[in-house]
Amino acid sequence: MDNQTLLKHLRDRFGDAILATDEAHGELRVNLRREAYVAVAQWLRDDPALRYTFLENLCAVDYLGRTPRFEVVVHLVSMQHIHRVCLKLGLPEADPTLDSLTPIFPTANYQEREAFDLMGIRFTGHPSLTRILLPDDWVGHPQRKDHPLVEEEIAFTFNQDRIYAQKPFAKE
Amino acid sequence: MGIEEKAADLGVVTTSLEHVVNWGRTNAMWPLLFGLACCAIEMMGAQSANYDLSRFGMEINRASPRQADLMIVAGRVSRKMAPVVRRLYDQMSDPKWVIAMGDCAACGGIFNNYAIVQGVDEVVPVDVYVAGCPPRPEALIDGIMMLHAKVQREKISGVKEAPITLQHALLQVDVAKK
Repeated sequence: MDNQTLLKHLRDRFGDAILATDEAHGELRVNLRREAYVAVAQWLRDDPALRYTFLENLCAVDYLGRTPRFEVVVHLVSMQHIHRVCLKLGLPEADPTLDSLTPIFPTANYQEREAFDLMGIRFTGHPSLTRILLPDDWVGHPQRKDHPLVEEEIAFTFNQDRIYAQKPFAKE
Repeated sequence: MGIEEKAADLGVVTTSLEHVVNWGRTNAMWPLLFGLACCAIEMMGAQSANYDLSRFGMEINRASPRQADLMIVAGRVSRKMAPVVRRLYDQMSDPKWVIAMGDCAACGGIFNNYAIVQGVDEVVPVDVYVAGCPPRPEALIDGIMMLHAKVQREKISGVKEAPITLQHALLQVDVAKK
């Protein structure tokens, strides 16, 4: 299996679902329409000529200022053909939802929860889309690029009185 | 000619109860067995043979907060860990003390971000801060001895002394002389 063979297979089967393709570091990257995402993943897994049975990685990226703003990146590996393919799903800022891959790849469960927790991507059809790393009562999604970078103003001798007056020190 | 001189011949020493209690508390402190990050490695180093914390009666960490009276917060406290640290502190029996070991526990250190509590003094009241990233075992031992000095100044009424505010830097270099 090589990139061009796989791309030909993909174009034959899901020609209208592919938005763009390119190759980087010897790896095929395919931008997909999100409506066809699960169908493409299922076909890549089940087709006897392909057998991309291992979901290696699922994560979300925030390209602030670009449309679509978010991108979910999925790496599938075929152990049989020793080959890797990268699927990319662009998601608009107003509606960052995507179908869940968990029914096909159970390992997507925690990775989708992490993408939801830190980036706020909502996966429809996920069995339990709750926070995985942050506390349950957390507000917001801190890995987004528009989240404040610094938590607290740094105290020096010239401003420590003002900062410590507001800081919530613990009582006994 | 005081009573001490006569009584000492009989093998009796007179002192104040406050002093005896503080002496006992100082020389048998039981640290709570937990470490949160890399500072815990230095804490373990301080307890091992080379630095030998058992000189201060601290050779065993207790894994139960009921049996511990010293909490060494060794490492950064994440927001998710903060309620756990507070619960451990609440479960410790009085009197109890807290050492914030390392920059992260003292003020958030290099982790000025959403995930880390900016100083464990937001969660538990801290008696001694030990600076360093991580502090060497000598620095931790210095902090423990500083805590011992503080404990020995405690009143029998249980009132802790107010925090000491430094009016000037500890290290002062006289530029004019050089």
